[in-house]
Amino acid sequence: MLSYLIRRVALAVLVLFGLLVATFFIIHLVPGDPVRIVLGGRATPETIARVRHQLALDRPLWTQFSLYVSHTLRGHFGTSFTLDSPVAQIIGQRLGASAALIAYGMLLSLLIGVPLAIIAALRPNTWLDNSIRLGTTFTFALPGFWLGLMLALIFGLKLGWFPVSGYESGIVGILRTLTLPALALGLALAGVVVRTLRSSLLEVLQSEHIEATRSRGLGEVRIVGHHALRLSVMATLTILSVNIGFLIGGTVVLEQVFQLPGLGSLLVEAVEKRDYQLVQALTLLAGAAVVLASLATDVAQAFLDPRVKLSGR
Amino acid sequence: MSTIDLLEQQGVVPSRTRPGLRGLSRETKIGAGILAVLFLAGLLAPLIAPYGQNQLNFTDIYSAPSLSHVMGTDGAGRDVFSRTLYALRLDLGIVVLVTYPPLVIGVFAGAVAGYFGGIFDAVLARIVDVMIALPFLVLIIAVIAIVGPGIKGILIGVPLVAWALYARLSRSGMLVLREQPFILATVALGYTTRRTILRHAVPNLMRSSLIYSTLDMVVNLLLLSSLAYLGLGAQPPSAELGSIIADGQSALLTAWWVATLPGLVVVLFGIGALLLGDGLSDGRLKGTLPCASLPSRC
Repeated sequence: MLSYLIRRVALAVLVLFGLLVATFFIIHLVPGDPVRIVLGGRATPETIARVRHQLALDRPLWTQFSLYVSHTLRGHFGTSFTLDSPVAQIIGQRLGASAALIAYGMLLSLLIGVPLAIIAALRPNTWLDNSIRLGTTFTFALPGFWLGLMLALIFGLKLGWFPVSGYESGIVGILRTLTLPALALGLALAGVVVRTLRSSLLEVLQSEHIEATRSRGLGEVRIVGHHALRLSVMATLTILSVNIGFLIGGTVVLEQVFQLPGLGSLLVEAVEKRDYQLVQALTLLAGAAVVLASLATDVAQAFLDPRVKLSGR
Repeated sequence: MSTIDLLEQQGVVPSRTRPGLRGLSRETKIGAGILAVLFLAGLLAPLIAPYGQNQLNFTDIYSAPSLSHVMGTDGAGRDVFSRTLYALRLDLGIVVLVTYPPLVIGVFAGAVAGYFGGIFDAVLARIVDVMIALPFLVLIIAVIAIVGPGIKGILIGVPLVAWALYARLSRSGMLVLREQPFILATVALGYTTRRTILRHAVPNLMRSSLIYSTLDMVVNLLLLSSLAYLGLGAQPPSAELGSIIADGQSALLTAWWVATLPGLVVVLFGIGALLLGDGLSDGRLKGTLPCASLPSRC
């Protein structure tokens, strides 16, 4: 157990380090002079030299990298040129909307996906199961931004139930402004939840463990509700953690559709304005979120699920 | 069960070639049919498009779908159907370019690593782990931030990550194949390692990767249209499906067709490719959409 945990943490650290190296090179790989690109054509040589010094671009590469690592570890992400304030502060202001959107989207995907998965698993290979499966194929093929637009058209513009842009905090505000984008995000994920949870439930329902509860004369509701679902909770958690990357990608697009002030729309702005500091920090943050989520899930699984074979990898 | 385990369970079973079209399921045929129509439509776009891609007509803006404009016209009076055909041509071309060369590289890298094992294998496996762990869309956007908006960023960024999945599929397949009698026999027959890998192992490994590639095409098309929607894809005057949809967003209420109909084309492609993949995999890959097993590709 301990050696598994150590290896798992070591892998996460390795990936995080790889991420640091990769994001470090973002500004160095820009063709031409990134400082000149950022400052535009009219910058004086003095300004360029000052900014170059400020970014430590005049130091040896190795010094730059160790500075980058030590600054990042202490939470200093530098200053954004275009917004003229510390990157960490900008990210702090924008984090709320994105986090709320991801959490809400996850919740909706579970509310939609789990019941459908149970129905499909209880009646495998019937018309009901087949139409649910066809439905998941359909939601997977939907482009998220297009689904968002369609929801905005129907529920926002035609029916007027929800606003089609902007963000308000607080429970009521979130329910008002984030329901449509969260639904667009959650539907795609719900398809994945249904497929994975269905096959995992089917596996559990055919196991000897469940056979034993059947022979004890327990009702089907009790078997599924109490025994089978409990064993599938971990599978569901894994699906969610594994899809953090997908959700982050989804927020980038949906924040643009619904004009939400989150990290995704910030990333797109940063690319358009060539704010390399900001791009660097956001890429690192997104990568780190994925790595840490998968680490947390694997560790939780190791503790909670006795069936996990720790010797494997 | 971690992601890694999910993938490794899909070990490759060497199978004989199936007899002709008759052995294919209905799912497979419908899927292949949809893809064939869409690829042909894209390929023949200059021949079948009734209007030019950027043929403006300011006397006829936002006209609803009719016989002369099957998908209506947009805010500059351009025929949406013609634009969609040209966009399909561009998008499908890019999708093939960013799906199949990485497939070949990944399969070979995975096969070699799986066959020899050792330090090369260990290093490759770690690199693949890192690649797969990262959020795909954000990574591609970072590449675009470096090289600037346009197709170039996609052509560089996607293959940079995409080979890793095929390398993992092929490596885990090779670990199984390596112990199979027919591969052991090639050693007994004194074949060179190169011949064993290229002529005997790789054709078997290609199968699962080619099946997976149908899902990969969907993911890549969704990615492409998302980037085009964000304004980070092909730059005007070239149209992409995503950019046509983005153009239509401001007139969603008055001219719903501009944003809606090109989106349906994306959905149709996705359904076709997923049906084909599902059908071809005859149950072995079922239940594992790419997002479930290969998270960061979404």
